[in-house]
Order: sequence, then C-alpha cells, then structure tokens
Amino acid sequence: MPLSALTGTRLRERRLALGFRQADVAGAIGISASYLNLIEHNRRKVTPEVLDRLATRLDIDRTALIEGREGALVEDLRAAAARAAPSGAEIDRLDDFVGRFPGWAGLLAHLHTRTQTLERAVEALNDRMSHDPFLSQSLHEVLSSLSSVRATAAILAETPDLPEDWAERFHRNLHHDSERLAAGAEALVAYLDSGSAIAEQGIAAPQEEVEEWLTGRGWSISDAEAATGLAEEIEGLASAAARSLARDHVARAAADAKALPEAVLAKALAEFGPDPVTLAARCGVDPMVALRRLATVAEVSAGLVICDASGTMTYRKPAAGFPLPRFGAACPLWPLYAALARPLQPIEARVEVAGQAGRRHRVIAISTLRHPQGLRGPELREAGMLILPDTEDGPVLEVGSSCRVCPRSACLARREPSILSADVEAPV
Amino acid sequence: MSGHVLLIEDEPNIAEAMRFLLTREGFRMSHLSEGDEVLARIRSDRPDLVILDHMLPGMSGLEILQALRADPDTRTLPVMMLTARGRDRELAERAGADRFISKPFSNAEILAEVRAMTGR
Repeated sequence: MPLSALTGTRLRERRLALGFRQADVAGAIGISASYLNLIEHNRRKVTPEVLDRLATRLDIDRTALIEGREGALVEDLRAAAARAAPSGAEIDRLDDFVGRFPGWAGLLAHLHTRTQTLERAVEALNDRMSHDPFLSQSLHEVLSSLSSVRATAAILAETPDLPEDWAERFHRNLHHDSERLAAGAEALVAYLDSGSAIAEQGIAAPQEEVEEWLTGRGWSISDAEAATGLAEEIEGLASAAARSLARDHVARAAADAKALPEAVLAKALAEFGPDPVTLAARCGVDPMVALRRLATVAEVSAGLVICDASGTMTYRKPAAGFPLPRFGAACPLWPLYAALARPLQPIEARVEVAGQAGRRHRVIAISTLRHPQGLRGPELREAGMLILPDTEDGPVLEVGSSCRVCPRSACLARREPSILSADVEAPV
Repeated sequence: MSGHVLLIEDEPNIAEAMRFLLTREGFRMSHLSEGDEVLARIRSDRPDLVILDHMLPGMSGLEILQALRADPDTRTLPVMMLTARGRDRELAERAGADRFISKPFSNAEILAEVRAMTGR
C-alpha cells in the first residue's frame, strides 16, 4: 500500500491529539494493543474493517487517514515528477517524503507551479513576437519607411551633381518617410507599453486566477450578489483576461439566477434531489443552467466541470476526492466526453477515480448545442458533468484524473505511459 | 547582356530612389507596384533581372517567385529578393531566389549586387 505508507503515523498523531491511550482505543475496537502499536508504526497493514473502526473511534475521515492532509500536495508532486520524467524521483516513496519533509515538499510543489507559469509566460511572449499581426504589420511599416529614408538620404548625400528637381523630390520623399517612420515607431512603443504588465502577458493563466478567486468565495455567488455584478471584487483580479472571464462568470450566474432563482431551486432540491435533468424539465430551463445552479448549492457539495466542443475544460469546480488535472487534458473515460459526443442525452455513472482510496462519485453528464446565429451560423457545443458524492454500492466505472499521473497501467484508454510504475490502488 | 531591370515594389519612395540609382548606372528600369500583372509583364518584356519585394499587395513575392521557377521559360531568370525577416528569407531561398537583400539596405549594396547579377 505504497500510497498510504504513513497511515499508521497519522492514526498515532490523531490518537495522541485526542489524548487517548493506545490500550483504550485498541480495546474499544476489539484489537490488541500490540497490534495497534504495530499499525501505528506502519509495520502492519491495516485491514479496511479495522481502518473503518479506527476512523470512527478517532472521529476522522477515512480518506484523510489514507491520504493525509497532504493529498493535494502529493498530487502536485506526482504531476511535477511526470513533467520531468524520467526524473529519477522515487515516486513510490512520495508519501514518505511528504510526511517527513512537508516544508520541502511544499516548496518543490510551489517551484513546479512557478516553472510552469513561467514556461507559459515565455510561450505567450514567443507567440506574441512571432504571430502578433499588429506587431508584424508595424515592424514591416517601420522597416519600409526606414529603407526608403536610407536609400533617399544616401542619394542626397552621395550625388554631388544631383539635378535640382530630383533633389527637391527626394527631400519631399525624405520628409514624408521620416514622418511615417516617427508615426510607426510611436505606434510600436505605444503598443508594447500598453497592457504589458507581467500579469497581462499570460504569466498567470486567467482561468486559474478566476478559479482562485472563486475558491476564496467557496464557489458561491448569491443571487443578490450576482445581480450587482461584483464589479469591485473583479477589479481586484490582476489580469484583464481574468477580469473579463470573471465578469462573464458573474453575468452568467446572474442570468442563471434569473432563470432558476434560489427559492425555486431550494424547493425543487427538497422535492427530488440533485437531479439536473428533472430540474431542467420541471423548471423549464436549459440543462446547463440546471447543472451550474446545482453546483452553487453548498449542501449538494457537487463539483462541476464544463468543456467546450474541443474538450477543453472551461469551468472546473473541484469535488473532494475527485482531482481535476491542473494542466492539459483529463481522463478520456470521463462520462463528460461521452456526453459531449451525444448531445442532450444525459449520462449517469458511478465512478471511482484512481488513487482515491476507493472513494466513489455519482456523475451526471449532459451536453447541449447552441446556434446563436441561427441555421447557418456556427454550432456551439458544451458538455457539463456534475460530480456528486456517493456512498451506494453497485458497478463502478474506473476513471482517472489524467494519464500521466494515473496508476491504472492496463487502462485501454491510456494515451501516454504513466509515471507510476506499479498499481498503487489503496485497498477497498 | 543589356541591363533591363524590372522592379516590383509597392513602396513608391523606395521605387523612386532605386529607379534613380539604377538609371544613373545605365540600367533600363521598369517598375510595377503590385503582384498581379507581374508574370504577364515578365513574359512580354523579358527583363534581365527581377528585383522582387517580399510583401506585395495582390500576388505575394514568394508566389511570383514560385511561378517563375515552375515555368521552364523563366526558370533561370535572375531574381533578387527584398526581404525583412529571417523566416521569409528561408522560404525565399527554398523557392529559388538567387540573391537576398534585407531591408533596410544600403544603396551601395544594391548596386553591387545588381552589377554582379547582370555581369556588368
């Protein structure tokens, strides 16, 4: 059980924090004190039954025991190792590392994120230099006027017997071209100056900035807040792109709130639970509105991912125990993508994400089509997947977060090798 | 070799400076400011050298060059290309340009190249 090598340590920490004696806890759950001692020192595997009893006795979440509070940190470090592969990093001892050197581990994860951010910035700058039509047009203009100025000035300077009418003409050309050159140079400077603050150049991905802001708000914007537009809060975001995304988000939240107000939503939820399809049908709203509205209700504690027709995630509200890839594409087995290919056909599935200690989720995915310009305009396709906590039994679909950090080595949908050499499923 | 130079350049002031420069050197100059009629003109006028700007309205300099190289009649016609950027230069080289001059060029540079290419 390499992913949870420190489960015992966590049990011990928790027991000591509560001030319980080893013998008392062991007695209460029907095992011997010496067995508990071995477990606490990570020298005996703990069976799921005993783990459950211990978790109940110590009043701690089972997943937290297996993964530790460092679950997200472990994910980040695994992603870091994946990006640098083959890095020689001892993936199988990652838990040990995080447990023993949480500070260093945090620093490493932070540096990894920072590297990626900077890489993205370089890419953005590179794109800007080579593909920016305005920049290329301006440079061409400046070079053309400069060529003309140089050729004309040289003729004036180097031709002693230049006829008067030619001299006059070249002087006029020179004057005209130097004006053009000045205007071109000014336009270039103005362009490079405006909006060239670091944040504007893609150094922070706008989507992440917005997600951070929403996380700070607990992903909740009340109907009343949405109606105000939250302009002041949005002004606080660093980049113009993020501010624009945030404004769109709030405007959509306001429109959703109008279509399906809090009171109606609460009543519907009480009646038939978090079912976006029924919600859409009964309240006469678009299924995507129903998905987004359900994700705003704190008690539902649902995650939500939305992707566009290219499969790119445009909305990522995380759910506990369902890690969403921070960069790049997600698991191709997600019902989100099945739904994307079958508009308006809802797909419900019980899924288990690899490496999440057997935790299950019920997901509901649906995709819709829009034709904002009518019959001959482009077709816009969007799919959403609501991620609900689930405790029931039944067949599950085994999925992952993203291939690189997914331990399901035999997965048929795999598109690239995983950096996790062996299956490291936690026992169920 | 007589010395008829066809210049294809959309900047009127550059064209004027080059026309002055080359005419004084004894070349016969003709000038076009866009790409569309170039091929027909080359077939009828049979210039000894073509100076071709890379960025042109209508048919681009590169397209003209490719068309010239595809036609057996003009396959060996000397072409000097005026380019700005490195990538353009690579493309022009592959398309079969004989010489390159980067903007902003010097007059002496142009004269030397034209003389070399026309054998004067």
